[in-house]
Amino acid sequence: MEQFFQQLTNGLAVGSIYALIALGYTMVYGVLKLINFAHSDLFTLGAYLGLTLLTSMSLTDRLGPVWGVLILAVMVMGFVALAGALLDRVAYRPLRESPRLSAVVSALGASIFLQNTVMLIYGARLLVYPSNILPKTVLHLFGLDIPLVRILVLCVSLIMMTGLYLFIQKTRIGTAIRAAAIDQGAARLMGIDVNRVILLVFMLGPSLGGAAGLMVGLYYGQVNFTMGWGYGLKAFTAAILGGIGNIPGAMVGGILLGVIEAMGAAYLSFAWKDAIAFLVLILILIVRPTGLLGERVAEKV
Amino acid sequence: MDNKTLLEVVDLVVKYGNIEVLHRINLRVGEGEIVTILGANGAGKSTTLLTLSGLVKAGAGAIYFDRTSIHKLPAHDIVKRGIAQVPEGRRVFGTLTVQENINLGAFVCRDAAAIQKTQEWIYELFPVLAERRQQLAGTLSGGEQQMLAIGRALMSQPKILLLDEPSLGLAPLLVKAIFQTLREINASGVTIVLVEQNARAALRLAHRGYVLELGNIVLEDSSQALMANPKVQAAYLGGESTR
Repeated sequence: MEQFFQQLTNGLAVGSIYALIALGYTMVYGVLKLINFAHSDLFTLGAYLGLTLLTSMSLTDRLGPVWGVLILAVMVMGFVALAGALLDRVAYRPLRESPRLSAVVSALGASIFLQNTVMLIYGARLLVYPSNILPKTVLHLFGLDIPLVRILVLCVSLIMMTGLYLFIQKTRIGTAIRAAAIDQGAARLMGIDVNRVILLVFMLGPSLGGAAGLMVGLYYGQVNFTMGWGYGLKAFTAAILGGIGNIPGAMVGGILLGVIEAMGAAYLSFAWKDAIAFLVLILILIVRPTGLLGERVAEKV
Repeated sequence: MDNKTLLEVVDLVVKYGNIEVLHRINLRVGEGEIVTILGANGAGKSTTLLTLSGLVKAGAGAIYFDRTSIHKLPAHDIVKRGIAQVPEGRRVFGTLTVQENINLGAFVCRDAAAIQKTQEWIYELFPVLAERRQQLAGTLSGGEQQMLAIGRALMSQPKILLLDEPSLGLAPLLVKAIFQTLREINASGVTIVLVEQNARAALRLAHRGYVLELGNIVLEDSSQALMANPKVQAAYLGGESTR
């Protein structure tokens, strides 16, 4: 039973990171019907930027761990949001009127470009985050030993997801984003500048992805330039699992995938954990082709 | 026609790719008027309205609204200037609530008091929408969706309202009710451009009309004159004998 709860909390923490990344995929898909393949590389960029800013500005030495990491997170999210906006401007906006396949190819190109840029700047070897940033405290809850960091990752992710959800559901701009996702032409007839909505989506999604990259760096302690591939694939799976284009779906899908993976690794075989995750995806798509919360039928990309 | 010109279309040409669908058409809409554009399928009626709203770009010619040219403006700026459109097929946001649809209609307005006032007026015009505020728009009946599309467009407090086939797919009684409401909306000072296949209903409502055939304006006259015109009767009113 103890192993079960250990794996559950572990799965929740990893899953919440998947969920944060998945939101970027699902939001862009929602308004553009495009899979932004470069999203996973923006996540990597977030992890590396976090490392650079952390070591070069020694934020945590000057401001203490709490404020240091908080300011760091804000900076990383800001920079990655800018990178996302730039990506839209350079790689996608010129292709807005082109056939969708052009944008998909552009997305793949942008992904390769970003990944190689990170490699050329930082080198191909893995880099290590300073290990003294986050507390090593282990909490004793209900007879379980749970690292505080794990709880922190889960809580911070949940706070960000709640924030995004409220923004999308309750604000005027959030409603405009939902409207543009349903019918761009009708949204323009409401006076909504759809290009600005898309730009905003390309800032919101990557900022969450960048924050996820930073958390992975802090949580696992190391980064490498191909890390986006594995996380990106899992997050993309999570987005499909929850129903791509659906924001709560990405949250649910991410967390569910993390938990399934952790359980599979613990009870079946660690080596098979990816296979188990994808098997679950296949099974769910057979039963519900639109994903758990999806309303739209997935279109061919 | 001594009223002030609100909207003027001069030698407008629209192309989809290499195919020209509007050939130098000219239209004039005076302030406070109801003008209808009649025509068969594929005549270019919807294209005309979409070009007025900026969703389709003009190939040549000009569109003036309130004496300023608007044909180069992006769609969202055109809405801000006071042109709202009820598009063909209603296109309400189905997975949003009625209230959210209404709120989106007022996206360009920042004056909360004015928005509140307009909303009250719209819920007065269409009481059924008020009852269904929290319902998803996609669950409304066709007629209710049409009312929502009209209400939503009015939320931007437009000077001119463009309607594309508001009668499409609705029962005759409902069409009558909606056209009656359009008359009320016009009486409150909103100029109306109405594209219709239901020529009889449109001509009864409108002051003036244009007939569009294969991308050309072939007739322009007062509604009474058009209704009496044998060519219009034969082509759009189903012959003289029908009532």
